[in-house]
Amino acid sequence: MVDAVLFELLHTEMVAELWAPDSDLDPGPGVSAGRGGRGQRTSLQVLEGVGFRVGQALGERLPREMLAFREELDVLKFLCKDLWGAVFQKQMDSLRTNHQGTYILQDSSFPLLVHVGSGLQYLEEAPKFLAFTCGLLRGTLSTLGIKSLVSASVAALPACKFQVVIERS
Amino acid sequence: MSRPAPRKPEYHKINKDLFVLTYGALVAQLCKDYEKDEDVNAYLDKMGYGIGTRLVEDFLARSCVGRCHSYSEITDIIAQVAFKMYLGITPSVTCNNSSRNEFSLILDKNPLVEFVEELPAGRSSLCYCNLLCGIIRGALEMVHLAADVTFLQDRLKGDSVTEIGITFLKKLDEKKYRRKK
Repeated sequence: MVDAVLFELLHTEMVAELWAPDSDLDPGPGVSAGRGGRGQRTSLQVLEGVGFRVGQALGERLPREMLAFREELDVLKFLCKDLWGAVFQKQMDSLRTNHQGTYILQDSSFPLLVHVGSGLQYLEEAPKFLAFTCGLLRGTLSTLGIKSLVSASVAALPACKFQVVIERS
Repeated sequence: MSRPAPRKPEYHKINKDLFVLTYGALVAQLCKDYEKDEDVNAYLDKMGYGIGTRLVEDFLARSCVGRCHSYSEITDIIAQVAFKMYLGITPSVTCNNSSRNEFSLILDKNPLVEFVEELPAGRSSLCYCNLLCGIIRGALEMVHLAADVTFLQDRLKGDSVTEIGITFLKKLDEKKYRRKK
């Protein structure tokens, strides 16, 4: 069985390495040929995209009986309880909704932020550590047939909130 | 929201896949970013190095290994303790030269490639698992051992086995000893 610490270290390394401040600016002659192909996509989008792929793949691996959700709220509860439990060995601390497709998931001690710092220090760095997970949530929802927009915010590390907005067609 | 305890096995399954799937997605992203296989390989090695320098702390804290007195002992520990702890596999170890500083880890099973059937088209020189080489190299450097770590054989490239070669170079400490004289 693959040890959980490997994922955490890989995530930290991805944040450090895929984060290239240059790519946020207009790609000029200074950008190396290799990275130039990324165009206008920011590093946050890249991290989110990697997370999305993983979320999709994880969603595909869930046993069928887990997917018999009666309603949308059940899906979100699943994310908060089962997905979070499997990925982070803990559950989301709270789930709120306006019953109109917007959900706020709160984690008072998000494992991928715990080692970054606490309080207001490194607040600016926090989004980098949340991008992958936003993608993960969006990807899992996608496999469950739900299109969404997922964003995250941090008021003070390591607590954070994920906002899931369901896109209704 | 109460669910029965038997859900636990599913947690393990998702958890086991998480690293492997994330790694696969990372390799895919790097293949998009870099045209040349050599660049992707170098990047994976570099990232692995960063991981290895931190992983070794976790390893030493959890494994209670004592002081090693030979490269052979160290390689055995990498194969039988570290690989077992982190990837759940135990590669076999062979020594490749009489000066006993060149070793090979033969990987019979490799969880990293569980979902990979073959290398992507046009990527025949990709060392898919190159992260592992960087991890070993980074971890060893943190305990003052310099080593070259590369893939000697790779099943994904059509070889019969997957083999990681570790060549221990001069101990970084030796310079210190020489000065003392």
